[in-house]
Amino acid sequence: MSNALTLTVPEGLPFIDFEREFDFPVSEVFRAHKDPGLVAQWLGPRRMTMTIDHYDFRTGGSYRYTHTAPDGSAYRFNGVFHTVRENDLAIQTFEFDGYPDVVSIEFLTFEDLGGGRCRLRARAVYPSMEARDGMAQSGMEGGMSEGYERLEEVLSGAKV
Amino acid sequence: MDSSDDGELDAAFLALADPVRRRIIARLSRGPATVNELAEPFAITKQAVSKHIQVLEQAQLVTRTRDAQRRPVHLNPARLEALTAWIDQYRLVREGQFRSLDAVLETRAARGGTQAKDAS
Repeated sequence: MSNALTLTVPEGLPFIDFEREFDFPVSEVFRAHKDPGLVAQWLGPRRMTMTIDHYDFRTGGSYRYTHTAPDGSAYRFNGVFHTVRENDLAIQTFEFDGYPDVVSIEFLTFEDLGGGRCRLRARAVYPSMEARDGMAQSGMEGGMSEGYERLEEVLSGAKV
Repeated sequence: MDSSDDGELDAAFLALADPVRRRIIARLSRGPATVNELAEPFAITKQAVSKHIQVLEQAQLVTRTRDAQRRPVHLNPARLEALTAWIDQYRLVREGQFRSLDAVLETRAARGGTQAKDAS
């Protein structure tokens, strides 16, 4: 069983917000973002293989990695870590090589919930609405509509 | 996506920026219904519900058939799919990613307890 993902795609603002709880201590979830060996095991779409060129998760650091699909097509990403504070905050940029200069900024907040649990909150800010919608559309490989339960979820989550 | 598609998407999103209209859509996702049936759960007039349906109709989110007197309202799934496809895709990817993260954390916890800080 897994914790629910809350996703908010506001209308008219080029943001995507999401929130997810973990049944693990904040230090562990932070570490899974910091240690490249762990990052490679979970970041990105599931069917892709992640190869890291470099990944230096600290203030002023940077990263570059490649996701390779089962059919061999490769997607390269890079960015810089503007601010990283242990078990607390990360502010980083994100750029897909397929859309050069369309850079988004991601704000990640790690929150200790006590009892060995924590919450991750994130806001991705895009340079335009087109960038937000286009990035999600083309930069992500995934299944399509799962029927109307999912639709209801999207509708009720879109604005409450 | 070209700009005319964008205009249509804008109209659809605007039409959905209202809780009553979202509930109408949710109801129609379970099957077609008449205006009377759609008005039932709401404490507003049938005329007001009709207006909401008109807005949804203009945004091509629903269609109405000329089935004698009943004129049931149907969902237009194609329009909704265009609207939700990219959000769905984004959500699926993120959900999968966080389940992978859970798995990574579970493996680490099983290997050395929750404080397996010297694993790397």
